[in-house]
Amino acid sequence: MNLLPDVAKIMAEMQERFGDRLDAVRAERPNEVYFDAKMDLVAGFCADLYKNWDARLAGVFADDVCESEKVFHLYYLFALDAVHAFFILRVPVPAEKPEFTSLANAVPAVSWQEREIQDLFGVKLIGHPNPRRCALHDDWPDVHPLRKDFDLRTELPPFTGERHKLREVEGEGVFQVPVGPVHAGIIEPGHFRFSVAGEPVLYLQIRLFYTHKGTEKLFENLPVTHGVRLAESISGDSSFAHATAFCHALERVAGIEVPVRARVLRSVCLELERLYNHIGDIGAIATDVAFAVANMHAMRLKESVLRVNEQLTGNRLLRGMACPGGVRFDWDGAQIKALENLVAGLGPEFDSLIGLIEASSSTRDRLEGTGILTPEIARDLGVVGIAGRASGFNHDLRRDFPHAAYDRVNVQVPVYQAGDVEHRMQVRVDEVRESLALIRRFVADLPAGPLRVDLGELPAGRTALGYVEGWRGEIFHWIRTAPGNRLARCKVKDPSLQNWPALSHAILGNIIPDFPVVNKSFNLSYSGTDR
Amino acid sequence: MFEILRKSLATGVVTTRYPATPAEVSSQARGKPEIDFANWNDARPSAAICPTGAIACADENGMRTASLDLGRCIFCGLCAEVDTAIRMTSQCELATGHRETLKTIARYQLRSDGTHEKMLVSDAAKQPGHTRGTPGPGDRESFARLGSELKTRIHRVLGRSLHIREVDAGSCNGCEIEITGLNSPVYDIERFGIHFVASPRHADLLLVTGPVTRNMELALKKTYDAMSDPRLVVAVGACGCSGGIFGVNYASRGGVDQVIPVDVYIPGCPPNPHALLHGILTAIGRLDSAC
Repeated sequence: MNLLPDVAKIMAEMQERFGDRLDAVRAERPNEVYFDAKMDLVAGFCADLYKNWDARLAGVFADDVCESEKVFHLYYLFALDAVHAFFILRVPVPAEKPEFTSLANAVPAVSWQEREIQDLFGVKLIGHPNPRRCALHDDWPDVHPLRKDFDLRTELPPFTGERHKLREVEGEGVFQVPVGPVHAGIIEPGHFRFSVAGEPVLYLQIRLFYTHKGTEKLFENLPVTHGVRLAESISGDSSFAHATAFCHALERVAGIEVPVRARVLRSVCLELERLYNHIGDIGAIATDVAFAVANMHAMRLKESVLRVNEQLTGNRLLRGMACPGGVRFDWDGAQIKALENLVAGLGPEFDSLIGLIEASSSTRDRLEGTGILTPEIARDLGVVGIAGRASGFNHDLRRDFPHAAYDRVNVQVPVYQAGDVEHRMQVRVDEVRESLALIRRFVADLPAGPLRVDLGELPAGRTALGYVEGWRGEIFHWIRTAPGNRLARCKVKDPSLQNWPALSHAILGNIIPDFPVVNKSFNLSYSGTDR
Repeated sequence: MFEILRKSLATGVVTTRYPATPAEVSSQARGKPEIDFANWNDARPSAAICPTGAIACADENGMRTASLDLGRCIFCGLCAEVDTAIRMTSQCELATGHRETLKTIARYQLRSDGTHEKMLVSDAAKQPGHTRGTPGPGDRESFARLGSELKTRIHRVLGRSLHIREVDAGSCNGCEIEITGLNSPVYDIERFGIHFVASPRHADLLLVTGPVTRNMELALKKTYDAMSDPRLVVAVGACGCSGGIFGVNYASRGGVDQVIPVDVYIPGCPPNPHALLHGILTAIGRLDSAC
């Protein structure tokens, strides 16, 4: 295998440093390397990668192989952005003593993910600062849905009410404001509990997973072709990105290369998804500080993108376009013309919209310095994507791990340090302009050729990581295949899961009336988090 | 300020005249799949490829029962790729007050090679959208009339404009994107005197998306209970109508009508803003009989 040059070097150094404490090392793909070790090596392994290779722990997840191997597997996914590789540490947890040591004190970024493993697999967390229930609400019976002996269609007693004991903040004049799960706007459900003294927020506790609908378990019960459609419904605003990340994982298991025309069409669709979401968000941020006119223009522009999406893929949210091995629909001259017209018209329209917002001093006044997420906290919490890039996170999978057709272009990644609402909006503004430029470049040089290749029957018992930089941030789909073109496990990681805890920090000291705009500036997916 | 006004004037009116004019969907749009039931001779390939079970078939005693359920369909079009008897149309206005009218069931005689022949019964006749005097999809003129009469009707029945409370009971947020679009200047639902409101206490109509998750079931019931009569419930999207691709599982209770009574179902994944408008207007048409 043609390993990336630095990857082989780092693998060798890791082997030298940890010697026989590493049970096995294998490179499954040029940029995807697996290490096997015991639980007691995790902290050292992690520290070494962080210190020496500027790695970051991009995900922690589990898998149940108790039937065949009498263990659960924990997977620690490290992104080594500078060398463009993923290192994955696999650790066995004995089925008869299911417990694992928390890393959350050293790497707060994995706090929720560890708690989720505890809930869904029944593997007990040791040493976690807050090991209470997270993914399954407090009134759930003692079940662990992602264990293999749990049936998808198990009937559970109905929900009886929230019994989660929220953390109390005490002191003179301190009171609590509960919000949700049913919110005032047209948005997804979640519960926010503000502790305030006067207007400023002292503490915000976020309770999510109201939309948990058994998605990961469902993947294990569907043929992979149906899985693509399920992936489109993980987070509707990222339908194409999630479906493509899922397909990417399948293609990596099958060991096939997607034809170049399909890769370009994928990139164009990913940019269209970025465009309609970013433009919609910019409008929504304006509306949350009472600049409704800007939102009306933004919604009009967003609608124009959605209509072109429909012309290109038959669906306004780009659904139905993704398929393993390529894409489903080709574009004829008229469709490409529609795309070109959209991009040509959108450029000046968007500039004019941003001009309106920039000229409105009362709008800028509400955005500047509001909801600051410092680069330090962002790094500790592992904040990714647009929210990360507004707080110093200089990473983008399109540039660092080129997928789809991003190897054909130079993606400019905007990075700011200020971390306030204004800069989360500015990242979007820059990215909209970059998306338009990228689409122009892709369309100007649209390669001919086939649209898809057949994956054939997937080999069973193989693992692979699929990844896509969605508009919100990095999306991972990690799969383990089962016989008969099925999956034994599909781990879905939406950037929202990573970013939610950051909102609790960004809002501190801000006033409650600014919460909507701070929240919108992150615009995290509940469904993508809850699955 | 001047620039804001200048830009608004330069932009002009962008609002669609729907329903007075047809839904502005692209010819590429995938809407309702149509099955040529009379010439359908094998339901198995399309049933196998259908990700939500919208197309299903079951064999018993030499007979085959094949069905299409638009309340489950996500309009992916995979069935039309494997079966020449199925054709995707761009028709998106599919809302109905009766869940059963979204289902078409046909019975066939089974052949020895596994295909089928001779349709014995088809339970297809009812056109989705034709409910309690509400005009159906093909009936453009009367549907437009309904739109223009709407304001009077709302005033007569409710004595004020219609207020909608939206509840996401577990959706993927795809439906929310399109529902938000109703407030855009392009669809501008307020031209009918219809407003989205922040509280169920103010609402006449509950617009519900998602398969209802176990964690949202109680919240949905409480929201419904907080509304005063007369009230309407509209289930949105494949998931709202039937549970969609999620169906019923340990965390999902399935469609909205598993938890609260539903007056109108709007199929789609997600239904586009035209389809949503059509569904909401259909629901208001039902108010006469609801109270």
